Amino acid sequence: MMRTKILFFIALIVILSLGSIGLYERLTFGHRLTAYGSYAAWGLWVASYIYFIGLSAGAFLFSSLIYVFNVKKLEKIGKLSLYTALVTLILALLIIWFDIGHMDRFWEFITRPNFNSMMNNMIYMYTAYFIILLLEFLIVSKPSILIGPLNRVGSVRILSMLGAIGVPLATLFHGGVGALFAVVGARPYWFSALFPVLFLAGALLSGGALLTFFVAYLWTSKDEEYKGIVSMLGRLVLFMLFFYILFEWAEFSIPWWAGISGALGVHRESALLVLTGPFWWVFWVVHILFGVLIPLALLTSKRSNSKLVGLAGLLISLTFMGVRLNSVIPGAITVELKGLEEAFQSNRLVYYYFPTLHEWLVLFFVVGVGLILMYVGVRFFGVMKVSKNG
Amino acid sequence: MEISRREFVSKAFKSSLYQITNFPEEDLSLRKEDPLIRMQRELERALEKPREQRKWVMVIDLRKCVGCKACTIACVAENSLPPGVAYRPVIEEEIGTYPNVTRRFIPRPCMQCDNPPCVPVCPVKATWKREDGIVVIDYDTCIGCRYCIVACPYNARYFDFGEHYTEKTPKLMNYEKRKFFEYGEEWERKGEESPIGNARKCHFCIHRIENGELPACVTTCIGRATYFGDVKDPNTLVSQLISKPNVVRLKEEFGTEPKVYYLL
Repeated sequence: MMRTKILFFIALIVILSLGSIGLYERLTFGHRLTAYGSYAAWGLWVASYIYFIGLSAGAFLFSSLIYVFNVKKLEKIGKLSLYTALVTLILALLIIWFDIGHMDRFWEFITRPNFNSMMNNMIYMYTAYFIILLLEFLIVSKPSILIGPLNRVGSVRILSMLGAIGVPLATLFHGGVGALFAVVGARPYWFSALFPVLFLAGALLSGGALLTFFVAYLWTSKDEEYKGIVSMLGRLVLFMLFFYILFEWAEFSIPWWAGISGALGVHRESALLVLTGPFWWVFWVVHILFGVLIPLALLTSKRSNSKLVGLAGLLISLTFMGVRLNSVIPGAITVELKGLEEAFQSNRLVYYYFPTLHEWLVLFFVVGVGLILMYVGVRFFGVMKVSKNG
Repeated sequence: MEISRREFVSKAFKSSLYQITNFPEEDLSLRKEDPLIRMQRELERALEKPREQRKWVMVIDLRKCVGCKACTIACVAENSLPPGVAYRPVIEEEIGTYPNVTRRFIPRPCMQCDNPPCVPVCPVKATWKREDGIVVIDYDTCIGCRYCIVACPYNARYFDFGEHYTEKTPKLMNYEKRKFFEYGEEWERKGEESPIGNARKCHFCIHRIENGELPACVTTCIGRATYFGDVKDPNTLVSQLISKPNVVRLKEEFGTEPKVYYLL
């Protein structure tokens, strides 16, 4: 345990040190050190944002199994799932804050809202979601904060009510993140009714997988109950892995087999870029091999145990970043008008994107913040321990 | 019949004089009114009307465009555009295969769509379509989320990364630091101040139009291939040009209703 702790702190120091360089660069040089441009306008940070927000929605929906759908077997990990959802939401908002051109103007989302914009609606949903998460977590951590009439209603009932509001909200906002992309008619790769559903399925899978990893490796007691929880989480993750692959199959097989007419033709080009382009390995090696096949083997093996289930969770949740990159970048680099790239020469005007070191360093900073927050959760809020309210 | 040198010169001179003085005026192309003069007159006429009664459109004659890119450069100079921002690039297209091959040049300003996909996506209402048809950006409000950039099907919006052409040279040149006047306001690119960190796009040189000047790309077009004017006035050059069968718009199928027309 001590060795794990030392390793954790070494990793944290390294990540935060590198991340601090990224933060300094971001605050000093603005967007000058990034690789995205005007023809590939969104990159690593937007992909990371949807990755974290997916983890948050997934972890939260898992908590709703306990507080809304009353799955008793999982009630011990209620606090952990709520805390994970809270931390990953903060990370998502942090990285997308770094991505905007004028960080000092974020408040305009509130003061000048455009309700026709999916992006603006997201901010309102995040705010509501953040409040619900915070309230739920506070009640789970310290039921004594409920005083007066609230105390008479009882924490279980209040949690159930908050969860009941949170479930459609989490479904809406993560489907909404998919819709944020899907409503962009100019990008056929995103412009699909399946896209929001795919996002939601991805959220459940990646968030559930992360929780599984946390429970399998960081849970303090290793009794029979622990084994039962990990086993159940493993089965849920396996189910969602099948579910996700089904959607992904639909998403890629249609353009793959379709003709090359109209918008579907452009969709086909983007899909082929994912499957056979210069970064084919992100799909086939990172996602399919490490994110699907190996976890599938680990979860279905007869010799599977809690650690292997946890490893499957880690692999799925980590490699899902590749899926998110493949969701954002091929759509972002769609060639809108042929010949435009050659019309005016600039590295900002190309249909190609690979993140710079600076972009990775900023991501490291955000991950470092996440690790600190998780540590705080473990150390001060006991999220890896059994609590009275589960 | 023999003719002396003196007689030949005399006859040639008289013949030339006759041709110049008696040729029908409309056939002497050099005496035709330059379209710029006409468009300037029409611009002044349009400006006498309230803004909501005029609608600006641009017409580009692809048969006349020679691909000199003077418009691109004029635009860069007029709006002090940084590296990676070009409101009006000129796409070069090669048609056919050797030896039967031709080239076509397609300038691509902002289409100033009547149904602009970039407007509804803006989360903070920093971009909108004015009554006179021009889609504008409020630099002081834009947060730089770049949603409008990905939503434009013409890639006509750009992000100002705060770069300069001469930043890695011994001295940042004054022409990159000078003030410019987009949207009728005074701007200077320094630090992280707007328009750095903002989306930027062609606005038909609103600041020039409203001061009675044609857009920079129109006045600098050496082939007179770009026309500009008020389409609500049926007697303008642009109104007449877009009523011909050889008019096309880019990506009509998207339903964006662009206000930039191309003549084939």
